[in-house]
Amino acid sequence: MWKFLLPFAAFIALAVLFAFGLNPKRDIHALPSPLIGKPAPSIALTDVMDPARPVNNSEFKGQVYIVNVWGTWCEACRQEHGALLEIAQQKVVPIIGLVYQDQRDKAKLWLEQLGNPYAAVAFDTDGRTAIDWGVYGAPETFLVDSRGRIIYKFISPMTPEVWRREFLPRIAAARGAGA
Amino acid sequence: MSAKVPAPRYAGRLIAALLIAVALCLLGGVTARALDANGQLEDPTLQARFERVVKDLRCLVCQNESIADSNVELARDLRRQVREMLVAGKSDDEIFDFMTDRYGEFVRFNPPLDRKTALIWGAPFIVLLLGILIIVRVVRGRSRMPLDDEASPGPL
Repeated sequence: MWKFLLPFAAFIALAVLFAFGLNPKRDIHALPSPLIGKPAPSIALTDVMDPARPVNNSEFKGQVYIVNVWGTWCEACRQEHGALLEIAQQKVVPIIGLVYQDQRDKAKLWLEQLGNPYAAVAFDTDGRTAIDWGVYGAPETFLVDSRGRIIYKFISPMTPEVWRREFLPRIAAARGAGA
Repeated sequence: MSAKVPAPRYAGRLIAALLIAVALCLLGGVTARALDANGQLEDPTLQARFERVVKDLRCLVCQNESIADSNVELARDLRRQVREMLVAGKSDDEIFDFMTDRYGEFVRFNPPLDRKTALIWGAPFIVLLLGILIIVRVVRGRSRMPLDDEASPGPL
């Protein structure tokens, strides 16, 4: 009897595998970050608006904050910009921008034209800070808790819905833990 | 005769200029970070290690290319990182650890054999064993069947 059930079982197993593997909603480029739960790497760069002004994420230590990686070459970053402006207005957490593989003038113009949701915008001149954060594209958004650990990474454009569903509960939990 | 008088001074200047030129060349060699004109590491053993290491690192933007083959900026940045770590005397394992700490095991084309990857490495052998088992069963079953010419008419 089991001989007749075997092909059937194999079919079910394949169907389950394909349902997961070929799911069009699954982003195959989104990789889990090994940095989750680890201390956030340091950002020690200068402000995109003013090369003389340092931007250091150690200044944000002790509070929950967000690091958003973007570049003017990145179309999805333009898409998410409205959502970031909206989030900034809620004043829940400060957002640090990290400009990646870009030119200062272009990034400056972008912020002047589209508005600036960031508490500070760091300009990564040579991509080293991005490597430390395991960045491999843009936009990428990290959530850092008040102990300075990365607790979440979101790879894709930010939307108000993602913000409500993925970020707000984690921010509340991080604060609730008395961290 | 009087024209010869300034000669030693010229010679002195010439020697000074040469010395400065040599010093500049030496300095230039240092600041070029041990790279030759083709952008290769001057030490051939380091260059060989460089080529081996970057072939085993995945370019996460293009995913099926190694950072040795990819031209995207991230691959360029990572190649520079590997080169600098080699020149700084880091071992291959230290470089791989640096990359997996930031990008995860996926960054390696050739993941190390450990508890997490044991199934992947073992799967071909498990499948091979299964195949052998199936063949043995089929062959044994057939050998118990009567040969065609001596076969009595089967129950049809």
